[in-house]
This record gives sequence, structure tokens and C-alpha cells, in this order.
Amino acid sequence: MNKLTSRVIIAMMLIWVPLNWLGQDGTIRNESSLFCTPAQAAPAWLPWFGEEAAPLEFSELYSGASALGLEFSPKLESLKGKKVRISGFMAPPLKPTLNFFVLTKVPMAICPFCSTDADWPDDIVLIKLSEAVTALPFDRPITVTGQLELGYQMDEETGFVSLVRIVADNIEEAN
Amino acid sequence: MYNPKMSVLCLSRCFRLVVALLVVASLMSGVTVSYAAYRAPEVPNINIMPIDRAKFLVGQKFDFAIEVKSDTPASAIEVLVNGKKAETFFGKQAVVKFDNMSTYRINEVAFPQTSKVTVAVTVKTEKGTEKRTVNYEVPADKIKKPAKNVILFVGDGMSLQARQMARILSKGITEGKYNDLLEMEKMSNLALITTSGNDSLVTDSANSASAYATGHKSTVNAMGVYADSTKDPFDDPKVENIIELVKRTRGMSAGIVSTANITDATPAAMLAHTRKRSEQNFIAQEMLNPLHRPDVILGGGSRHFLPKSVPGSKRSDERNIIEEFKELGYPIATNKTQLKQAGTPDKLLGLFQLDNMDVYVDREVTKNPAVLGKFTDQPTLMDMTKTAINVLSKNQKGFFLMVEGASIDKQLHAMDWQRATYDTIEMDKAVGIAKEFAKKNGDTLIIVVADHAHGASITGTYHEKDGKTGREAVRIYADAGWPTFADADGDGFPDNPNPDVTLAVQFANHPDYYENEKFLDVPTSPAIMADGKAIANTKRAPQGGDLKVGNIPASDPSEVHSADDVPLTAEGPGADYFKGIMDNTEVFHGIVRALGLDGRNEKK
Ligand SMILES: [Zn+2]
Repeated sequence: MNKLTSRVIIAMMLIWVPLNWLGQDGTIRNESSLFCTPAQAAPAWLPWFGEEAAPLEFSELYSGASALGLEFSPKLESLKGKKVRISGFMAPPLKPTLNFFVLTKVPMAICPFCSTDADWPDDIVLIKLSEAVTALPFDRPITVTGQLELGYQMDEETGFVSLVRIVADNIEEAN
Repeated sequence: MYNPKMSVLCLSRCFRLVVALLVVASLMSGVTVSYAAYRAPEVPNINIMPIDRAKFLVGQKFDFAIEVKSDTPASAIEVLVNGKKAETFFGKQAVVKFDNMSTYRINEVAFPQTSKVTVAVTVKTEKGTEKRTVNYEVPADKIKKPAKNVILFVGDGMSLQARQMARILSKGITEGKYNDLLEMEKMSNLALITTSGNDSLVTDSANSASAYATGHKSTVNAMGVYADSTKDPFDDPKVENIIELVKRTRGMSAGIVSTANITDATPAAMLAHTRKRSEQNFIAQEMLNPLHRPDVILGGGSRHFLPKSVPGSKRSDERNIIEEFKELGYPIATNKTQLKQAGTPDKLLGLFQLDNMDVYVDREVTKNPAVLGKFTDQPTLMDMTKTAINVLSKNQKGFFLMVEGASIDKQLHAMDWQRATYDTIEMDKAVGIAKEFAKKNGDTLIIVVADHAHGASITGTYHEKDGKTGREAVRIYADAGWPTFADADGDGFPDNPNPDVTLAVQFANHPDYYENEKFLDVPTSPAIMADGKAIANTKRAPQGGDLKVGNIPASDPSEVHSADDVPLTAEGPGADYFKGIMDNTEVFHGIVRALGLDGRNEKK
């Protein structure tokens, strides 16, 4: 990310934050709640309480790794298509208008000169949302619940490659 | 009576009087040291690439290009090289396009003779004519006894202070005298290198490595090209680089070794041509191009070599670059064990991490599983350097090898001077291996240089033994005393990265971050991006620390490169070239002079 795009992002954030805030009143639980993107018609803060969301850790994603590639762990494979819950940190979005963001094990800094957009660690989870990402705290852990997707996928708009994805139905601050 | 003593005294008095009178006279007549006047930089409407004052190896290939910015399209561009029409001089047709950004280009040309060159460009537009003249140099400097091999060590971001931190930690200091110097400091020649690119005072690693590899300045994020105004990262006018030259003119072998992604800026600049260093998939496949295919490739970053269907790949196509190298006869090593087993084949591809290799402390000292994951068998930079030399030195025509200590920079960006210093020591030990090889044969030039600096400086020491913490525990002047690092096993690395008295290393530039001077168990970014702004990472100082308010734009979450000159040390045939203060492009000219390369030759 170069300086210009960062500036654009800041500018976009300034415009986006109030707009989205106003447009989402029904989904905001209270001040401390981060945000919710209701993927279903039902109120976003209700459905998953009753369902089993399998807990997942970043360290459980891959069972094998070498210079010749990664291997999904049996646990990850067994949860494909099922509801999972994982905690991590939201990495700054590549663009403010994207309806996905990257969840990482530790808070991330993207160095504009020693890193590029492709320079993400291997153990990341892409979080899909039904709406564009709005202002979120990036320095506090969040817990994402949703359906697990596995396999290569490239975002057409950004070229961002992901292997592990969660279609989020709830995001909240981790305890 | 004759008194010789008096007479000498008298003479010396006379002499002093004469000098004094001369000084007074020179002051009165206004004779002083004169300084050349200069103007503030301005962007000319006629952009000539290569740029003014560019220096070429005779026969070195390059694309000659001109861009002309004008309100109305230009109607004619006339180019004279030493008074001759450029097309006649180069013996090639130019491609000319007239627009508001008119272009004139002749690809793949070279200067056939050593000489001074003047290029005069005249552009005609509706408003009249505009002229610009640039001067080039094609030096005739010849070495008497050339080197057979050159090994170039690039400590990425390895400033003078980074070298000194490594000296303190690796060798120790007693009563103010260092117990020993680093391998990279015990070399015959020392120069200071200026690091700016042609676009900006402060460089990045692509731009500066490109200066070392081509002898030409480039632009931030670019390598092997002069950056033109178009968006396309692959159409910029190229200049021939060192790997292309040693292969084309002499059939030498070439190798690149790095602890980073092997497609990262520094190793990539030895062979590739692109405006955009982030095109790492392109750079990976360019390594197959026979024009600049390295015989030895060792480092991290296999993710740019694996087809996209393999989990962990960052490629956008199904090309399997590793398989393509295998088909060319390259044995493949993916861990230290396999590297050892590879022996000394004629060529070798070793990729030991999907991403950058882990740093020395994590790999070899703490071996922290939380950091390494499954990558517990990565070779050291010493292992890789030794193997590379063994393989490359089989070629009787000689070799060029570039070895990069990449994470010195990456860790200084993260303001983790301990991890940076262990990696500096690791590179120093690799230099020691190269020196041992050079000693046996006496025909190898070794150069150790940084590509740019970082704003890290040693203020004194830091300890909390008397209960003081934070800034009050930074010990300055006499209170500093000595840090308590020790190397009991004599492996060159201090046994404990976190002794009770450590160095107080402070940074001239930084984002908002927490500092507690202690060694971090796990590499941790000083700041993270939040809403487009870098904010201090609370994970950084788990035991608590002082918040340091950033002094660079909040758009950058890391410490950034500084424009400081960097030291270069060298030894071997041709090392005499390196002395005083030199432009970074001179590193290339020192290399090609040492090898006695002539760009007009074609290998038989
Ligand atoms: Zn850097």
C-alpha cells in the first residue's frame, strides 16, 4: 500500500464512517458492539446463540507446511461448510469499499516498502461480509462466527488470494 | 658568531611570517575556496533516459528513451549523440510517437568505445523549440590483475550503527577496546556510499540494489530500468545488469542467496527488470530466462514458485516454477537436510520457506515453535553461502555471487534491534566463509555493503537493577558502562539476547509505539494500521512500556529508511577502487573493473 492509497483510505473512512453508522442502526446492539452484518433476514445477534459453532484456533489451520505448500489439518477439513468461531485481529482492509477483510493471529502492520499486498502470512482467514467494512478497531481481538469455506479463491477486484474463508454472520469483540 | 640553532629558528620565523602574509593577502584579495553554485531541483520537460551524468561499462546494453511533456504534441524530436544523429550513432531505427507526452526510443543499444558522450535533444512544438543536453561517461579504467570471482554481500539496511551493534554483541568490548573486529570490518578497503535514487533522497532496496547491479540510478520500487511515465511495470527502458553481463560476455556462473523471499528486491535486482518490485511472480519466472538465469538460487519465498492450486501459493497461474527448474536440471532443496545432501551439483535451487525465512534468533537460538511452526529445518546464511560458493566455483570462468542478509532491514523496520543484530552477525559469519574461500585462491573480490541505512543509534545502555524503568533507566555517558552480553561458547552470537544490562538503542524516526528496551519473545510489529492510521501495538510491550509519540506520518506503521551514507568494506583484487565517498552506482563499476569485464565481448 503506498502513501497515496493510505491517504485515499483515510479520506474514504472519513466519508464512510458516518454514512454506514446511520444506515445500520437496526444492527448495532450498543456502543461497545463493533458491528454486525446481517447475512440472513433474522436479527443478526440472535441465531448463532442457539447453534453449535465449532471453536477454531489459528494454530489448527494447517497440519503440514513446507516450502512445497501447506496441508489443511483434518480438523479444518472436517469443519468445511460448517459453522465455526475464531478469534483474531482484523487487518486493515486493502480498500475501504471491500466486503471482506483479513483476520490474522496477531495485529498486523503492512510495511509499504518491505512488504506488498501479497505479503500476508500464511495463517490468515478471509472474512466475507454482506456489506463493506466500516470503521472497526484493529488493535483489539474480535471473534468471528460463520460458515467455513476452504480452497483457492481469488478476489476478482483485488487479486487477493485466500485459502480459508468464513462467511460471517456475527462479529464481536473477543473476551 | 655562527649559530646553526638560531639560524633554523630564524628561518622558521621567516617562514611563518611569509605564510601569515600570504593568508592575509589571500583574504584581502578575496581568494578563498570556491564552491560550485547549484540550483534547486526542477523537473525538465525533456526527460532523457539514461539520466544526465550516467556512467556505462563499454558495451553495456541499454534502452535509450526520451519523454517530452508539452501542451501541444511535439512535431519533431532531433537527437544528436556526439554530434551524430542518434540513429546513425547507434545504427538502429528509433520509434517515435508524438503526443502531449511524446516519446523517442531506441532499444538495446550500447556505447562501442570508452569516451565522454554528449547527447543533445531538440524538440519542436507549436510554441517553438526546446533543447536539452546530457553528458555520459564510458570510462576506460582497466585493472592490471583482474579478479576471477566477485562475492557481493548486501546487509539490507545495515547502517554503520548496525555493524557496531553486531561488533558489540559478537565480539565484546573491554576497557574501551573491542576484543576483536567483525569479519566484514577486517578488510583492506573502506568507503562511504551515498544511497539516493534518481527520484528521491531516500531509497528503497530495489532502487539501491539496482544501482549496485547496473551502475545506473533507478527509482523507488524499480530495478534494472529507468522509470518512465507509463503505468505498465514492464515497459520501462532497461539497463543491462551484472548477471546478464557476466553470463553474456564471459559465460561466468551467477548465484543469488537471501534470507528473504528470493524474489524480494535485493536478489531480484541482480537479474530482473521491472518498475514494480511487488511483481514477485513475474520475478520468479524471470529467473528461468537464460539471459539472467542464476545457477544457484537459495532463500525463502517458494510461494511465488508454486502453482496457484497448491495451498500456500501466491501465484495467479498454474505455472510450477520449481518443476520448470527441475526440468532444466536443477536439484531442489527445501530444507537444511536436503541442502546438505545436495552436495555440489552444477546448479541448485533451494527454497526453505513459503515466505521470508525466519530470523537467526528464532531459527537457531530460541527455536520458538510459536514462530517457526513446521519450518524447523531451515539452513543458516552460512550454510547457504558455503553451498553457493562450492557449486559456483566449479565454473573455471569464474562466478558472481550476491548474498543478502535481508532481515537486518526487516527487523530494524520493526524496531527489533536484537533480531537485526543477530542477523548481522549471521551475515558476518557468512562473510568469514567467503574470506576463507578467497584466501585459498587469491582471485576473489569480496564486497560488503548496505543498501541504505536505518535511524537506529546507540545511546548507551539500559538496565533496571536499581529499580529505575523507562527513560530514567537509559544509562548515558559514564552511567552507561558496558552491556553484559557474553558469548561463552564462542560461536560469535551472544548466549542471551536479553542480558541484565542491554544496549539502549534509540531510533531517529518511528511511529507511535511502546518501548521497554527488552527482547521480544516473538517478533511483534511496533504499530498496527487502524482506520488508515498507524497506532501503537499494545502487544509490543507486554511487561509495560513507555509510549513514544511517532515523528513520521501516521500512514506508516514502521520505522523507515534513513538517507544516511552507508559503509562499504572490500578485500581482494580490485578492492583498491573503493575509497573515500562514492556514489552507489560506483559499486557496479568497481565490480566490472575488478572482473575486467568488457560489454563488447560475447562468450565463445
Ligand atoms: Zn526496508
